[in-house]
Amino acid sequence: MHVVTSPAFKESATAAIANAGLQKALANSGPSFIARRASAVARLPEFERLRDIGRDIKNHTLANLDFYLEAYEARVLEAGGIVHWAATAEEARDIVLGICQKAGARTVTKGKSMISEEIAVNDHLERHGITPVETDLGEYIIQLRHELPSHIIAPAFHLNREDWEDQFRKSHTDLPADRVFHERRDILTEARAKLRQRFLAADVGITGANFLIAETGSSVIVTNEGNGDLTQTLPRVHIVLASIEKVVPTLEDATSLLRLLARSATGQDFSVYTTFSTGVRRAGDLDGPEEYHVVLLDNGRSNMLGSEFQDMLRCIRCAACMNHCPVYGTVGGHAYGWVYPGPMGAVLTPSLVGIDQSGHLPNASTFCGKCESVCPVKIPLPNLMRHWREREFERHLTPAAMRTNLALWAWVAKRPALYRLVTRAAAAALGWLGRKRGRFSSLPLASGWTGGRDLPAPEGDTFFARYAKAQRAGKIR
Amino acid sequence: MSRETILTAIRRGLKRGELPADQQAMLRGRLAAHPRHLIPARSRLPRAGQVALFVANVEREFGTVARVPDLDAVPGAIADYLAAQNLPSEFVMAPHPELQAIPWPERPLLRIREGRAEASDTVSLQHAYAAIAETGTLMLPSAPERPTTINLLADTAIVLLRASRLVGAYEEAWDMLRAEWKDTLSGGFMPRNVMLVTGPSRSADIEQTLELGAHGPRRLHVVLVDDEAGAL
Ligand code: SF4
Repeated sequence: MHVVTSPAFKESATAAIANAGLQKALANSGPSFIARRASAVARLPEFERLRDIGRDIKNHTLANLDFYLEAYEARVLEAGGIVHWAATAEEARDIVLGICQKAGARTVTKGKSMISEEIAVNDHLERHGITPVETDLGEYIIQLRHELPSHIIAPAFHLNREDWEDQFRKSHTDLPADRVFHERRDILTEARAKLRQRFLAADVGITGANFLIAETGSSVIVTNEGNGDLTQTLPRVHIVLASIEKVVPTLEDATSLLRLLARSATGQDFSVYTTFSTGVRRAGDLDGPEEYHVVLLDNGRSNMLGSEFQDMLRCIRCAACMNHCPVYGTVGGHAYGWVYPGPMGAVLTPSLVGIDQSGHLPNASTFCGKCESVCPVKIPLPNLMRHWREREFERHLTPAAMRTNLALWAWVAKRPALYRLVTRAAAAALGWLGRKRGRFSSLPLASGWTGGRDLPAPEGDTFFARYAKAQRAGKIR
Repeated sequence: MSRETILTAIRRGLKRGELPADQQAMLRGRLAAHPRHLIPARSRLPRAGQVALFVANVEREFGTVARVPDLDAVPGAIADYLAAQNLPSEFVMAPHPELQAIPWPERPLLRIREGRAEASDTVSLQHAYAAIAETGTLMLPSAPERPTTINLLADTAIVLLRASRLVGAYEEAWDMLRAEWKDTLSGGFMPRNVMLVTGPSRSADIEQTLELGAHGPRRLHVVLVDDEAGAL
């Protein structure tokens, strides 16, 4: 498994804020995701209703997950494929290695897969003399740099053009060292040529899956580059890595979720390649894999069923929550310290690696609620983070000082009249103190907040007081 | 072994044992009936409107469309397109009977190889099974006469589509497959591979800036045969 560096979230976040290259990349790329999603959503008046449908499809599937997984498996077998069930990451890695060894594989091409990162299969293959080659452009450079992806759909989100050029010069030593990259297209062309050779030489292709379909036994991948399709079409053996919650009942169910996915992710109406794979090469086919394996991974997910975190299993990995998250936008993905960053990572990582290792993540939130408001399957992310905070609190993992303050706050908060009095007095005082700059970059007792960001100065009144005033003035009914 | 472990853990989480027979029957019924959900209004148009929507969406996604009156006009349309793009008059063609029946000898300068595509091919010609107006998407299932590599390896992908095979929404295309396709291996209707293709290959991995032609084709050109009076 990748080393979990989440316990050092605070230090990593501080370093991230001081990292000029990262800050440049975040400032360049962040706003474009938000704008593109907004315009795609505006073009589809039914989007909000589709979100309810997406949530309901996933809830129905999760309530009957055992049934749909067994139905799915039966269809895969009929199409000549094999389903391997893996309870843990270790088991999944060994299954993949076993298939590759049996196929006599020397190189393996890979489409983008977060499960592959979760189980760290690349290291495992390398240790056994098999070369894995990431073919998604973002994943490719991440692999060359020995990094984790910093974003679930844009792995190289944290890099600037200069980083690409430097790395390609370092890694592609057979090309003239003084070659010039006039534009981004030249970087792309070089990667395309390099990876073409890899596609043609690979013995096994490994992809992820955005969905599995119980009705047909199909795995679905969604890409814009076409690398996933080359990965699963050219080699003799195709391995699909998927977690158990990826299954949906029918093509119609997958279709409704696909209407949400690309719009939420990249702001496209539909991704360029949405491909449904079902089993092995048929008689007479001129291409396609002769072996088709699916590795079904649990790795902690079945424990989430029936818990307060079950809703998280609806996630379709669109990344909208991190694209809209002010914390992610400030510190980037690596600070989160494991495979899944942003709000979805803050909920999922504690479920998969344990809250003892990742207790900071559910706290890395301003509770602005933006993530929940854009999530295509309506996962109540802030609430789930709150649940983790409560659990962490109960387990007494929070530093003692924080516990006392929270207990004091809770005592006051449960007494509305007192709460209003206290907050009103505090707001008035802060408003007066901060009346010049409009914000505080440091405040006594609040360095936990102001260490990493400014605290906007209140405008002299609490929400409740202003609401009451507006109501009296007849502005709110 | 892990199969039972996982299924048991799922049932434990859901606080129940295996589903009772009547509920399993209900779920099997849902799979068999595959109910449709909401279909966006944008593709609920008369035929001509659907064709126009398809063309607009392909172009929006950086593809191009040439409309021709019948199959006889296809060789000319392709020769013209290749010339306009400064491409050689040479391509690999899916061995589909309808493509084979096109009067290619009328354009003797076109050099055609039939089969799957190889990395050395620069232009390919595929036969579309169906298309979806909602997002300008081509449906390309795999079959001996429709190799998957034809969709992927060449720098320029040309796809022939009959207007009569255009539908509004994805759901209608799935129903066409259900009604028309018979998979000999599984006994079901699902081909080994179904690609839904919307525009040419692209990547935004470098600074989130769009570049066309990542690993797949840089150009996607649809030759749309107007074989349906109502679609004109
Ligand atoms: S939690 Fe919601 S918004 Fe975030 S990646 Fe998952 S589906 Fe997308």
